[in-house]
Amino acid sequence: MSWLLVLPIAIPMATAVLALLVRKQHIMERYVSAGGGAALFVATVVLLAAVWQDGTLVGRMGNWPPPFGIVLVADLFSAVMVLIAGLTGLLIVIFALATVDVERERFAFHSFYHILLGGVCGAFLTGDVFNLYVWFEVMLISSFALIALGGEKAQLDGAVKYAAINLVSTILFLTSIGLLYGATGTLNMAELNQAVRAVENQGLIDAIAIMFLIAFGIKAAVFPLFFWLPASYHTPPVAVTAIFAALMTKVGVYALFRMFTLVFTNDLALTHTVMLVVAALTMITGVLGAAAHTDIRRILSFHIVSQIGYMVLGLALFTPLALVGGVFYLIHHIIVKANLFLIGGVIKRVAGSFDLNRLGGLYLSHPVLAVMFLIPAFSLAGFPPLSGFWAKLILIKASLDLEEYLIAGVALVVGLLTIYSMTKIWIQAFWKPLPADGAPAGPAPLSGFERVALYTPIIVMCAVTVTIGIWVEPFFVFAERAAQELIEPAGYVAAVLGGGPR
Amino acid sequence: MEVLLAVLVGWLFGAAVYLMLSRSLVRYLFGLVLISNAANLAIFASGRLTRGAPALVPDGLTAPAEVVANALPQALILTAIVIGFGLLAFAFVLAYRAHDELGTVDTDAMRVAEPIAEEKPVPAASGRETAV
Amino acid sequence: MNSLILSTVARAVIALMVLFSLYLLIRGHNLPGGGFVGGLVAASAFLLHAIANGVPATRRLLRVDPRAITMIGVAVAIIAGLVAAFQGAPFLTGVWAFPGGVPLGTPLLFDVGVYLVVVGAVVTLVLALEEDA
Repeated sequence: MSWLLVLPIAIPMATAVLALLVRKQHIMERYVSAGGGAALFVATVVLLAAVWQDGTLVGRMGNWPPPFGIVLVADLFSAVMVLIAGLTGLLIVIFALATVDVERERFAFHSFYHILLGGVCGAFLTGDVFNLYVWFEVMLISSFALIALGGEKAQLDGAVKYAAINLVSTILFLTSIGLLYGATGTLNMAELNQAVRAVENQGLIDAIAIMFLIAFGIKAAVFPLFFWLPASYHTPPVAVTAIFAALMTKVGVYALFRMFTLVFTNDLALTHTVMLVVAALTMITGVLGAAAHTDIRRILSFHIVSQIGYMVLGLALFTPLALVGGVFYLIHHIIVKANLFLIGGVIKRVAGSFDLNRLGGLYLSHPVLAVMFLIPAFSLAGFPPLSGFWAKLILIKASLDLEEYLIAGVALVVGLLTIYSMTKIWIQAFWKPLPADGAPAGPAPLSGFERVALYTPIIVMCAVTVTIGIWVEPFFVFAERAAQELIEPAGYVAAVLGGGPR
Repeated sequence: MEVLLAVLVGWLFGAAVYLMLSRSLVRYLFGLVLISNAANLAIFASGRLTRGAPALVPDGLTAPAEVVANALPQALILTAIVIGFGLLAFAFVLAYRAHDELGTVDTDAMRVAEPIAEEKPVPAASGRETAV
Repeated sequence: MNSLILSTVARAVIALMVLFSLYLLIRGHNLPGGGFVGGLVAASAFLLHAIANGVPATRRLLRVDPRAITMIGVAVAIIAGLVAAFQGAPFLTGVWAFPGGVPLGTPLLFDVGVYLVVVGAVVTLVLALEEDA
């Protein structure tokens, strides 16, 4: 069974190798890249099906028994994250085929893209803290390459800030791993679950927990550590921004969920209260930042920050229902946010600009695109019957259950402000007539291939959003089971260490 | 011995943070070099300092003959050094390219991605057209 | 750099360095050494060549794009991990064979992959910088 766990990592890596080796035949490279994306998606579906049926899967790499060797673990939460990564990975690579220029493809865009996917899947699947660090680095280094690829001025500027702050996070993460090892003597997550409780000096564990919180907080872009995100995410090609928006910050959130449900649950009063405050401030600052901008990509970048707040809120409340909400939100958000960026890319392609002041009249000229925009935009804001409505509903219900009225109010107000941003894009780009000094009409009309490659991913993601919204029950049941596994980690620990906690 | 190492780590962290707070990208990079070494030393110290042989089993035996040093922190540090090497190399190249293109290493002057007057994003003066 | 002394000395030293890097690679299985240091030494050899004879000459010497070397290294490492599948063991499990009494195993193959990755990556990076300057 352990091979199922390896595939989501091995397939992207192998694809990256093949894509680079055949890059002289440009068409071949693109086939390899798209084929690799499809294979990854299939593998992740099989993995999720296996986990759903047989429960948590554990793979001992190199046949070393835990806690000595590195284990890959897939519980439902991991498996669904991997599945979503596979789905968005496939869809965005299709989009990239039509939008990323030949120059970038020549510089191994596809290889870096697949290494990034491999790193993301590795981070979702690993059961070892140090291994998590390694996957973070795999991800980080390929994302550095992707963000700087092409070498435009703005890209380099963004890349400097992106790299500078993320490297700090890396070092913090590494240092806290060192301290955690010093305090407990193990880095296997399942064993840490018990080992952390056995440490006498709980103050030290608290300090380490906060260090982890900061390190992952930078990755996840929570308040006040998010500044690198809106400074850099709008600079690379849209396909890159979309995969970053979909997966990179979510890996940070995933790591928070994993570590703060499995390992650091001793001092909820400290860690999860800090998270609650952070979540509220993240939601507010993100959405206010978005209100101040007129570049579609920058508006959406700030909305990533704001939405991260909701996910962290789910973790901070730490009730079964809140975790359901958090998991649900993660799943829904990855799809919606990637979709919005892709639609932004299509707008740029057909209308020639990202700047709302120079756009207009798209509803007349591209009605299908307009409808496709409305679906994820309303879902992001939380309109029924779309996926975002249920995600927000669960979270707000969970906060009301705990009588946290303030945070519930914040979540609602931020939802309203999100509508403000989305209607701003709607009115400016789609509704109002094209201004006199508007962007010149799009270069060439879309070719048949472009039409397929640009619209397929968007339509699929819209379909997923609507499906989750209308047939919410199975997704809710799924999220409930995943959250149940998170809040009662005994099953996870037993699966990894075998024969229950020691 | 651990105390001494802890003081050293703290000192390195302090110096590194001081350097990294500078506006100059070059100073930031030197801070980064220092801080990665500080982190590695922290891991090393947290593995406890013992006098011991390398954790290798001699020929003909199935267990080490004498007290061996804890090999795990060493393996972790080795991995971290390798990764840090790659990241640093990238960071230096990035800084070099940024200096080439933007003509400055002062991070306050790097405003291409986020122009100060936000009415209109400055189009790359003569560079390539921003691709989608 | 255009120096007769350097390019003459380099010719001898480079050969030694590559040989030494292979020694480090093979020694690394049981003793200090291994793919990473070996790769670094080999990469320094090629860099010395680039400094002595110019980047274009080094690219001709390598014949293949250094990025391809990196990727072949990754491929070798993945294959080393996959071999275990034939024995029904998990990914990366060491598999050994003894043709003529010489112990050959997938850990060594993996290390060869690491060696190639390091050579390729470091050479790519520094050649790019040299060309810019």
